[in-house]
Amino acid sequence: MSEKSRAEVEERREPMANVLIPTPLRSLVGGLAEMKISGATVQEVLENLVSEHEGMEDRLFDSDGKLRRFVNVFVRDEDIRFLDGTATSVEDGDTVSVVPAVAGG
Amino acid sequence: MSDIRTLQCRECGKEYAPGAIYACEMCFGPLEVVYDYAVIGERVSHESIQRGPQSLWRYASLLPVDEIPVANLGTGFTPLIKAERLGAEIGLPNLYVKDDTRNPTGSFKDRVVAVAMAKAHDLKFSTIACASTGNLAHSVAAHAAKAGVASFVFVPETIEEAKITATAVYGGVVVTVAGNYDKVNRLCAEVAGTFPWAFVNVNLRPYYAEGSKTLAFETAEQLGWRVPDHCVVPCASGSLLTKIHKGFEELHKVWLLSDKPETRISGAQAEGCAPIANAFHEDAEWVTPVKPDTIAKSLAIGDPADGVYAIDVVKKTGGSFGIVSDAEVVEAMQLLARTEGIFAETAGGVTIATVCQLAAKGVIRPDEKVVAYVTGHGLKTMDALHKGVKTMETTPSLSDFQHVLLESGYDASRDAGGPGPVLPFATFESRFSEG
Repeated sequence: MSEKSRAEVEERREPMANVLIPTPLRSLVGGLAEMKISGATVQEVLENLVSEHEGMEDRLFDSDGKLRRFVNVFVRDEDIRFLDGTATSVEDGDTVSVVPAVAGG
Repeated sequence: MSDIRTLQCRECGKEYAPGAIYACEMCFGPLEVVYDYAVIGERVSHESIQRGPQSLWRYASLLPVDEIPVANLGTGFTPLIKAERLGAEIGLPNLYVKDDTRNPTGSFKDRVVAVAMAKAHDLKFSTIACASTGNLAHSVAAHAAKAGVASFVFVPETIEEAKITATAVYGGVVVTVAGNYDKVNRLCAEVAGTFPWAFVNVNLRPYYAEGSKTLAFETAEQLGWRVPDHCVVPCASGSLLTKIHKGFEELHKVWLLSDKPETRISGAQAEGCAPIANAFHEDAEWVTPVKPDTIAKSLAIGDPADGVYAIDVVKKTGGSFGIVSDAEVVEAMQLLARTEGIFAETAGGVTIATVCQLAAKGVIRPDEKVVAYVTGHGLKTMDALHKGVKTMETTPSLSDFQHVLLESGYDASRDAGGPGPVLPFATFESRFSEG
């Protein structure tokens, strides 16, 4: 296999999720509502999101590095607390929604 | 009208100008309306409130609205009923029922929607929306119709048929979502970030939730400006419970109550959806979400936004939580109906069953003045009762009826001392023909 095609395979292996950005975080990502971010798990996707955007880490994670308790994350329309938490796997093209927990009721 | 100073994050304290926002930009915590109680306290008195309208707008000074909306359906100031017969059955001689089935669309949600609609008008929204388990959708659609604005209400596809029909009749858009309330809620948070709509319980939630305080205001006024010893409140998101507590506290802050309120507040949840009650009993730090499975669909929120705050209030006030089965819910709906003539929906059954449970455990004491909040009308959840009601069947013949009556074990002696001798059939007939 040539170097080029191997690189293509590698790239194809790295899943890209569609991450829905909630209103309170959009000012940190140039106003975008949706972004494509790579990562094989929710943890990886969120780490890639925060590493690329100044100020994002403090918003999503507390001082212990855990997701803040008012941040809910959904993969394929399911709350990750019903899946494997931040270890939940992410497939290529999956939608990962980050949503403030305080809506509704 | 009211003196809102600001919106403030409950978690980190960051302040925001009062707009259509609900979550803190820094920590995602919920935002609360902050008032200038010193200013309000100088302006309101028992007399000024008693001169006000016979609706929740008599407490406008303590609500986050600029003016009383034209689209006013006359919500609130519902009866506080001394539940003598129910109380006698369960050993609570000082039991009251706050009958919020009497609101324009038959649930307490008219209170929160009335306030949210006023705020939506202030902020110049032209489309009103909500995520709902049914009652809220019903109320939003009615208020939108009266205000002449568009509405989009989102509900789980599995809610009661009566609630969908009663909502659709007002002419707004009813969106049924394939998924439970928590999924509807998540969708709505995303829709609210995409369309310029006033979602009463998403981007207007800080204002909307304040409407629930009026249940506390009314309770205190109806008890002669005194607070009860114990309140029992149904919990879905937990917001109502926290706001009833806030309402009592505010009355003291603006000098409408001379003593600091010491009302114990207890919550009510159904076994099939009891994330808040479970977290309380397990002394957990955080509420673990559940997948709801209960006939009390209006309380079926598996991921309650105000769960931790509701637990704080219950702990702080020395209350508890009841967890009741669907069978107990149906039984309690029937108990309330046959003793007090109040037909409550399943959520009311959850509340009354919890009152029974906590009284039996001695958590609610017989000497306490107790208020049970019955928040929705039974006609909305008829499905829950269909198997539970009995009828007597007869042909249109008197002798057949008499036969069926005897078969049923009817005791004729209970008519003794009644209004007088039973008129012979012939007399009825002759009167009828004379007419």
